[in-house]
Amino acid sequence: MSDGAGTGPERESERAAGGETEPEPEPKPAPEPKPEPKSAPEPEPEPEPAPEPEPTQKADPLTDAFVDEWAVSTIVRTIVPLLIVLSALQMGSGAVLESFEEQLLEQPSLLVLVPVTIGTAGNLGSIMCARMSTQLHLGTLEFSLDNRNVRANVGAVFGLAATVFVLLGFASWGIGRVLGGTLGLVPLLTITIVSGALLAVWVVVVSSVSVYASYRFGYDPDDTTIPVVTNVCDITGVLILFAVVRVVLGP
Amino acid sequence: MRGYDTAFDVYRQALPVVLVSLVAGLFAGTVLGTEAMRDGIESVPGLLLLLPAFLATRGGVYGSLGARLSSGLHQGLISPTFEWSGRLRNAIVASFVNGMVVSVFIAVLAYAVLFALGRSGSLLELVLILTIAGFLSAVTMLGVLLTVMFKGYRRGLDPDNVIGPVVTTVGDVFGVVFLLVAVAITEAVL
Repeated sequence: MSDGAGTGPERESERAAGGETEPEPEPKPAPEPKPEPKSAPEPEPEPEPAPEPEPTQKADPLTDAFVDEWAVSTIVRTIVPLLIVLSALQMGSGAVLESFEEQLLEQPSLLVLVPVTIGTAGNLGSIMCARMSTQLHLGTLEFSLDNRNVRANVGAVFGLAATVFVLLGFASWGIGRVLGGTLGLVPLLTITIVSGALLAVWVVVVSSVSVYASYRFGYDPDDTTIPVVTNVCDITGVLILFAVVRVVLGP
Repeated sequence: MRGYDTAFDVYRQALPVVLVSLVAGLFAGTVLGTEAMRDGIESVPGLLLLLPAFLATRGGVYGSLGARLSSGLHQGLISPTFEWSGRLRNAIVASFVNGMVVSVFIAVLAYAVLFALGRSGSLLELVLILTIAGFLSAVTMLGVLLTVMFKGYRRGLDPDNVIGPVVTTVGDVFGVVFLLVAVAITEAVL
């Protein structure tokens, strides 16, 4: 956080689109510096048996090929296989939840942690990826810790994680109390802060690796990384959370 | 002029979205932690097992619908008003089909995992719960997403920036609530 606060407002308006940090890809920048752009609007990049023909942004909106992209069967055939793979993977974190069933039922605070951890992991991952892919398109990103953008991204992810997980510690304690749990504030804060910190490190690693890999393999990271990273972070978020729960509360 | 954002700039811009999602997650978590939901979890084997998959596929189905509609709006392929025809209808029907197919698949998969783990569970019960929950969230998500995107677009909001937060917050909150409703309905029926 070097010369931060002062120049805020002007910067924000300048960067209307490019600096947004929403968990969705920005309005697509003109595909420039990537080797062989391959853009598919569907949010999953797994290799697909029947990939759509390239729905390039520049395509004439009236051609038949383009209208077919909007056919019900095309959309269903593209999305369903991806979601089936995804839900099979999510069974992994479901199995972890299931194995903690007794503790979860006894301590509602722990149940409160689950959706927030999943959501925050995905959010931080998509912020990281959206920013890195935009910076890659703009040519201002290098994969090095000396890069100002890299440091700003990483710093922001840590700051956001710290904010969310400290608040989460207090909130889950309060809500758990109301719902009849007995877990104390100290163990809950320990759980949320430790798992938040681990999650932030993990988000940074996964996002950087996937943006870099996507770039190296010639895919536009705008299209490929967010779905992969949010799902990976969702699933591993639960694993990290319950690994920490086990250490803090004992088996 | 700096050509980059500092960590603090990024933090400040992202904080509102992250905090909204925190509140939504806390709400979803509170619903999960209620007596009624805990009873449901206890009496329906497999409910915790399918919870992450159920929540995640909401994002997959309606996030991709949002991304598609957003590109369509930007390209002028669809207009920002609700009409039951052409591309818009296709996109809506397809997301509905996607949502229902995947919900039923998750129920079957959860049953298979329970079976593989040597636990007992009721396939009918799980399928019924997820069909109801999938249907209720499809109707809600489609309604909210289309309303927010079209209204926002007509007021000059870039739908790309709206979909993510809308899908995750609405999806989480309603996903868990509808799962609870579906458990209650199923227990009353069976």
